[in-house]
Amino acid sequence: MGSYAGRETVAKKKSDFGTLYKGHEGQWTWIAHRVTGVAIILFLFAHVVDTAVIGWGPEAYNRVLSVYQNWGVRLLELGLVAAVLFHAINGVRIMIIDFWPSATRYNRQLLYGTVGLFVASMIPITWIMGKDILELAGVLH
Amino acid sequence: MATTAERQSPPGQPDGSASYRGGRERPAGGLELWSWLFMRISGIVLLFLAVGHVLIMHVFGGGVSRVDFKFVELRWQSPFWRTWDWMLLSLALIHGVNGLRSVTMDYVTKPGWRFAVNMVFYVITFVLFFLGTVIVFTFNPANFPQT
Repeated sequence: MGSYAGRETVAKKKSDFGTLYKGHEGQWTWIAHRVTGVAIILFLFAHVVDTAVIGWGPEAYNRVLSVYQNWGVRLLELGLVAAVLFHAINGVRIMIIDFWPSATRYNRQLLYGTVGLFVASMIPITWIMGKDILELAGVLH
Repeated sequence: MATTAERQSPPGQPDGSASYRGGRERPAGGLELWSWLFMRISGIVLLFLAVGHVLIMHVFGGGVSRVDFKFVELRWQSPFWRTWDWMLLSLALIHGVNGLRSVTMDYVTKPGWRFAVNMVFYVITFVLFFLGTVIVFTFNPANFPQT
């Protein structure tokens, strides 16, 4: 069968032997999807609480938001934006494969497209958020 | 219905074929199929709600630097943003807790522990959903006249 022959070539890939975590690209995106997902929901748990503080008035809310006047926190915020973007773009790839199984033929292209789109969108975002981070760290004035 | 000891999302089949897939296998039916479908449908909506929220609040227009009580007061004058935020709250929480359930199914194998861990996540989610819903719909800046 043709599909069987296809699998043969996949199984013969060099990465199947002796690597840390039998890494096809798809397995790394699988891990990344899981890690970013867990990171986002844990942040969300905290974020609902800090936003809810607005119900206790401006003094309380503004004090909570002053947490963000710290370059370390801003760096984590950049990480959060990256996590959301990756999870979103990779989620679209997952849905394409799930709902149009014939797209599996273009798996490699879809995978590199996902990573490419993610990196391309993170460049301007890092530029924009990075300026604030460096200002808070005292590097930029 | 998947048995409790079964892994939900294997990282790859022994022959390597599933390593090209990103998502969980489509369940055959029942509640698990609905949960699988929900993840994908809420995912599409969150693509706009969550990515939009992150870009508006954290990246463009000054990012989080310009967010304060006054900013949210103005923003929540519009029912559009209150609805957006409430939908984001609900969908992100349910999507997230359903994802956490997949993770505990994979890594927490003892049924008692699995139940306990899932319960903790469900309770946190319910409490936060309740808290967030109350705040989004009852927030009234007139309660704080000195601003």
